[in-house]
Amino acid sequence: MISFKQVSKRYPGGYAALKNISFEVASGEMLFLTGHSGAGKSTLLKLIAAIERPNGGSVLVNGQNIGKIKAGAVPYLRRNLGLVFQDHKLLFDRTLFDNVLLPLQIAGFDHRESAKRVRAALDKVGLLKREKAHPISLSGGEQQRLCIARAIVNRPSILLADEPTGNLDADSANAIMEIFKSFHQVGATLLISTHDESILRQYQGRSLTLKHGELQA
Amino acid sequence: MKSWLMHHLHVMQFTLRRLRTTPVSSLLNVLVIGVALSLPTGGYILLQNLQSLSDKLVGTPQVSVFLNMNISQEEISRFTKQLQQHSGVSRVEFVSREQALQQLQQSTGLADVTGGLAQNPLPHAFIVYPKDKDPVALEALRDELKTWPKFDHVQLDSAWARKLEAMLKFGRLAVLILAVLLSFALVAITFNTIRLQILTQREEIEVSKLIGASNSFIRRPFLYFGLVQGLLGGTTAWLIITVSLSLLNLSLANLTQLYASNFSLQHLSAGDSLTLLLFSAYLGWLGALLSVSQHLWRMESH
Repeated sequence: MISFKQVSKRYPGGYAALKNISFEVASGEMLFLTGHSGAGKSTLLKLIAAIERPNGGSVLVNGQNIGKIKAGAVPYLRRNLGLVFQDHKLLFDRTLFDNVLLPLQIAGFDHRESAKRVRAALDKVGLLKREKAHPISLSGGEQQRLCIARAIVNRPSILLADEPTGNLDADSANAIMEIFKSFHQVGATLLISTHDESILRQYQGRSLTLKHGELQA
Repeated sequence: MKSWLMHHLHVMQFTLRRLRTTPVSSLLNVLVIGVALSLPTGGYILLQNLQSLSDKLVGTPQVSVFLNMNISQEEISRFTKQLQQHSGVSRVEFVSREQALQQLQQSTGLADVTGGLAQNPLPHAFIVYPKDKDPVALEALRDELKTWPKFDHVQLDSAWARKLEAMLKFGRLAVLILAVLLSFALVAITFNTIRLQILTQREEIEVSKLIGASNSFIRRPFLYFGLVQGLLGGTTAWLIITVSLSLLNLSLANLTQLYASNFSLQHLSAGDSLTLLLFSAYLGWLGALLSVSQHLWRMESH
């Protein structure tokens, strides 16, 4: 599903965020990505979503080579991914419903089908009752759940989450992990970056550890 | 196909809502575009009217020959025959000085003035209709007739029309230059409006791109906005022209009544109106396209 082969990424100015990274993620796998902040976790996830391009090696996602993908094909790649951001990236000028609707509008779904899917996604993260509210009225944990609803609404095969529990208390973090778990159970591939040791202990799954841009054995 | 249509409809609604949320600035933009477009359009329609006026007045060119005051009746009939036999002349009309005075009194309402004259100051005259309407041939005929004895004054009546024609040509060029310049201004206005919109919707654009929006999806609402704004501006220009022409015609009616004529300014034709609207919509669309494309390009190269 996802395969990294000797991937390196340098940012302009010479900073090497990733050095010689190789690993594979099988379909339906839930993989944790850990490491100190600045270890390269976010960069790695950005490479998968073609937000950044690798400088060396190859990144294959669903059989597509991110290093060589054309700019016009990037949107279609991203429609098969669900992205959960640490800073949520919600739109505060529209309702919860409209926030979750956005990916479906982009993908050109028909209106009635979209509404059904949006409500299902909101229901899944426990925010259905507040579909007409605006994100500003939500707590941090709720905003993160809304972000997840937006990521899963068009049923992507791969879900990427960058520090989804970063600033949350234990209860909120657990609620979010439960959502990921149920998503894993229906066959999605998940890649979750975190520096939270307790989560790793609680959910057994393969984990990769990054240190200064290098993969630890 | 249906969802595609629905999407466009949705974007259109969104555009109109966006226009409504900023009514004052939208209105001002539309007004500026309308005024800018109405200047060259107004110039164009005035020239068009002058053109049709000159076409009406010129009709067939003629050469007026004013004869010496002490010409005899035999000389007149001899000249008439000579003119009729002239190869460059199709028809000759003789206007006696009495007829000329009568016409003058009738046509221009100068009866009061001419009535006070002790004697008729007007000469006998020929009106010569040439066969060839080519300006060079006309001038040659005029120059030839000038050399005839007792032909005191020979005048080519279309000379002023040719001057008018040259002036119209100049005017058309001036209007064209104005139109091109103001078109640039219009594109710039839309460019700037869209740029400001993009700045306020930066987040939305970035998030949309992150979750798989294509560039055309992001461009679309802005293009619609530019198109609608341009179209509204064009409609405003059309209204300005139509109302102005109607007002001008009202006061012109008073003026032409005094001269016993029924001349009135023509409005924009249906074709011209359509061209104006399409052109303004296109310019709005173009300004938006340039603006949003530039922004997307900067985002990608960033």
